[in-house]
Amino acid sequence: MKNRTTVERKSERELVVTRTFNGPARIVFEAWTKPELFKQWWVPKSMDMFLRSCEMDVRVGGRYRLVFGHDASNPAEFFGRYIEVTPHSRLVWTNEEGGDGGPVTTLTFEEKGGKTLLVLHELYPSKKALDAAGTGAADVMKETFEQLDELLVALGASVGR
Amino acid sequence: MVQYLRARLDASFAALSDATRRGVLEQLGRSDASITDLAEKFHMTLTGMKKHGGVLEQSGLVTTEKLGRVRTCKLGPRRLEEETSWLERYRQLWDARFDGLDQVVEELKRKERVDGRKKRE
Repeated sequence: MKNRTTVERKSERELVVTRTFNGPARIVFEAWTKPELFKQWWVPKSMDMFLRSCEMDVRVGGRYRLVFGHDASNPAEFFGRYIEVTPHSRLVWTNEEGGDGGPVTTLTFEEKGGKTLLVLHELYPSKKALDAAGTGAADVMKETFEQLDELLVALGASVGR
Repeated sequence: MVQYLRARLDASFAALSDATRRGVLEQLGRSDASITDLAEKFHMTLTGMKKHGGVLEQSGLVTTEKLGRVRTCKLGPRRLEEETSWLERYRQLWDARFDGLDQVVEELKRKERVDGRKKRE
């Protein structure tokens, strides 16, 4: 049985993701903070994405940088710095690739009976910034899924019925 | 997030790039069918049809269900309204990621057990 992932919008500015892992906190923490391990899971297998490089200087004030993309001339980068680092229990970092609108992410690892409850909390600077992160994604989806729907209709497949 | 969605779309369009798979979708639009039915209808081997079924299933356009020895295919539940629920999409992204993290955790646990045994020896 796999454990369930939940996502909840806790407030106008907060998103919370939770998931339990069948292992001790030190192991789950290691998988989040060692680049060679992080690279093994951050990009789901079903996604056609390539994590070109991953640098993590996991200490207070240290920076991280993830670079995606097959093509070096068109990279997508995610970066920020660590604000708090408590081994095996808590990590806090900034997300600076989007300028001022990026959230602060707090990750906590709570061990109980050999299992670890992971809570990922994202605090956006404003309601507007969180809405923009969501609806920006929704707009891309709407537009492209409308194209896909049209294509399916053209193919004569009655999708969703 | 946006990149994840683009990847999902790539999977959908890749699934639709093949004439047989488009034919399978049309067929499933009329009625559910087993892999065996579909293989016969499209004059293909079972193995070949299983592969197409797998691609369609990964894209979310088709779901399959195994009852006894028969695997039945039907059109997937995706509809525009579901796709536009970005919070649900976001959950699916983390869920897929965490499946990978589960595997890394299992591997690290296994290594610890092996190392523990070596130390005692």
